[in-house]
Amino acid sequence: MSALRQIAFYGKGGIGKSTTSQNTLAALVELGQKILIVGCDPKADSTRLILNAKAQDTVLSLAAAAGSVEDLELEDVLKAGYKGIKCVESGGPEPGVGCAGRGVITSINFLEENGAYEDVDYVSYDVLGDVVCGGFAMPIRENKAQEIYIVMSGEMMALYAANNIAKGILKYAHSGGVRLGGLICNERQTDKELELAEALAAKLGCTLIHFVPRDNIVQHAELRRQTVLQYAPDSKQADEYRQLARKIHGNSGKGIIPTPITMEELEEMLLEFGIMKTEEQQLAELQAKEAAACGTH
Amino acid sequence: MPQSADKVLDHAPLFREPEYRDMLARKKAQFENMPPREDVVQVADWTKSWEYREKNFAREALTVNPAKACQPLGAVFVAAGFEKTMSFVHGSQGCVAYYRSHLSRHFKEPCSAVSSSMTEDAAVFGGLNNMIDGLANTYALYQPKMIAVSTTCMAEVIGDDLQSFIANSKAKGSVPEDFDVPYAHTPAFVGSHTTGYDNMLKGILEHFWKNRQREPNSRINIIPGFDGFAVGNNRELKRILGMMGVDATILSDVADQFDTPSDGEFRMYAGGTSIEQAKDALNSAATLSMQEYCTVKTLEYAAELGQQTAAFHYPMGVRGTDEFLLKVSQLTGRPVPKEIEMERGRLIDAMADSQAWLHGKTYAIYGDPDFVYGMARFILETGGEPRHCLATNGNKAWEEQMEALFASSPYGAGCKAWGGKDLWHMRSLLATEPVDLLIGNSYGKYLERDIGTPLIRLMFPIFDRHHHHRFPIWGYQGALRVLITLLDKIFDKLDEETIEPGVTDYSYDLTR
Repeated sequence: MSALRQIAFYGKGGIGKSTTSQNTLAALVELGQKILIVGCDPKADSTRLILNAKAQDTVLSLAAAAGSVEDLELEDVLKAGYKGIKCVESGGPEPGVGCAGRGVITSINFLEENGAYEDVDYVSYDVLGDVVCGGFAMPIRENKAQEIYIVMSGEMMALYAANNIAKGILKYAHSGGVRLGGLICNERQTDKELELAEALAAKLGCTLIHFVPRDNIVQHAELRRQTVLQYAPDSKQADEYRQLARKIHGNSGKGIIPTPITMEELEEMLLEFGIMKTEEQQLAELQAKEAAACGTH
Repeated sequence: MPQSADKVLDHAPLFREPEYRDMLARKKAQFENMPPREDVVQVADWTKSWEYREKNFAREALTVNPAKACQPLGAVFVAAGFEKTMSFVHGSQGCVAYYRSHLSRHFKEPCSAVSSSMTEDAAVFGGLNNMIDGLANTYALYQPKMIAVSTTCMAEVIGDDLQSFIANSKAKGSVPEDFDVPYAHTPAFVGSHTTGYDNMLKGILEHFWKNRQREPNSRINIIPGFDGFAVGNNRELKRILGMMGVDATILSDVADQFDTPSDGEFRMYAGGTSIEQAKDALNSAATLSMQEYCTVKTLEYAAELGQQTAAFHYPMGVRGTDEFLLKVSQLTGRPVPKEIEMERGRLIDAMADSQAWLHGKTYAIYGDPDFVYGMARFILETGGEPRHCLATNGNKAWEEQMEALFASSPYGAGCKAWGGKDLWHMRSLLATEPVDLLIGNSYGKYLERDIGTPLIRLMFPIFDRHHHHRFPIWGYQGALRVLITLLDKIFDKLDEETIEPGVTDYSYDLTR
């Protein structure tokens, strides 16, 4: 068996992180890889397309029911899905209470101690939104994920989040082995999206691993709780995910230490691409609008 | 006023003076709003009934007086057993004050440990800066040879990553790059002080053993585990090993750290396992643990590296000591010397001499899982019955080991192990199925007052009796000491019961 490869998908909430990761991993399994998915989002939706199920029982909900994590067995939390992909959801509290980050720490410790990482080639972490606290950085600690893939799009907030995640990686990169594997752009059909994604990748010092075009077939598959690979294996979109999987598979050890940029630099970049307007431009437009409105009276 | 500068009264007699009694009575009558005495007695009696016991044991979401402490206490304890090592607990200050005072109150010795003093801002932004400044200060102020880092709940909840924090601190020059800073995550809301002992010890050994080639020799390592009697026990252990001519490394030896002499010199650090010994321990043929539940992960790690391992349950009494000595003998090829055999014979002779007083005595025992096992085993050897054996930090596996122990002796019938239960459960057990003696720690004195079962203090922490920990309770000599402690309590109680002239004093005998 080759050495265990650990990767993680990070990205702004709603960007299609879980969809992209599950489709990619479903393609990776075609390459003969044994995979374990660790969902680190309290919403617990990182494995539904693989399991074809609504949502699996999470480590933390089962632990809460059993009394403590020590009372859990690995079989209770580990479910096998599409082509034998193993799935675990860490789960977490309802919004507004408790600490989801601690939940991630608890779950990952439990999995490691109970041998969940044995007999797999890949462990993939799917992590919510942004690196918001130490708990959500658990997958990028020493001896965890070696490469982080940031799922983003051409929207401003997605770019902002991607840059923030790069900051999180940088914090840990010098004291450990975590690297930025690259960006994955999930097309939203915004203006100059590919160019923007490439420009951000250049600023961060990484590559744009893949540009995943928008295709409604993804939503069709998702409604059936399936990946595109399962729903329409011969579709063009399935091939896109296969390409992405091959690129990630071949990207081992090629991650970089990112060079995140400041908020000002990010805004400058957006201005350059015409996504954002300067304050002067905005004011001028507003005045023109007001003048036009007055003129109608 | 009853108090005067010429004759200063202690608070106990002072509060018995008429002025104070009067004041306290007025306070009670006017402000305490206490229900009538009969009602209080009635409810108190009810809480000692079988009916209440069943309710008590059906308890799901409440713990009352747990007989355990938290992980970092164990981490601070085990770190204190290494040469010139300062414990650095990453988190809030109050927690660290608790570990220090807990150990100080028991050992009657100063206990040094530092905190990274995390406050509100550190909780929000992470404690990296506290780590950077804290390590630099610790290194400069206390000149340790090693800083052992553990964590409090606060740092764990916000997810501070020690490995990266320590690496970053070193990069910022807090301590030299090659300075030893082993670490362990010790969330207090997981496990107990025994878990923390295990985690920190494993952290220290991993720090010294990682990425090194093992060159096996014939030495053995011995891990004592968390032990309130460590001062006496570790010295007894070394005496026995010395008599056997065994070359052993004790991994974490707190004997000198918690027993420094008063000779005019303050020792912040004393004795302990040296850094060199800790490094070289990788090459030992075997690692033995005196307390299985203090070393679960550590022994697993030693076994992974190719060492033989064996775990005991606080070897006290005849068979417990036999097993330990035979294992050491088997691993090292050194025979058990005649003198030790003589000690064994003397112990058995003493047990036989007092047999009439020990036979059939019933006991309740609580404490750490390994202690409870070792203690119950010795009680069975004296013909006593360890009816209620309770360990708040005991698990299912421990309960099964206890059941097997009970099954091995005719006196084990009717004895039961209670894992995960607390001292409020113990109160119900003592009230509904009374026993002759209670063995535990200082917290047991409230059960003694409430139920009337005489308490014998043999478990950490012992705050209200002094210096017992300076004598061993391991080995045959230690067993003799435990035997005397049991007998003294039995005879004291007997004298008390027969002391009334003309009523019970027909049995107030000179010779027992």
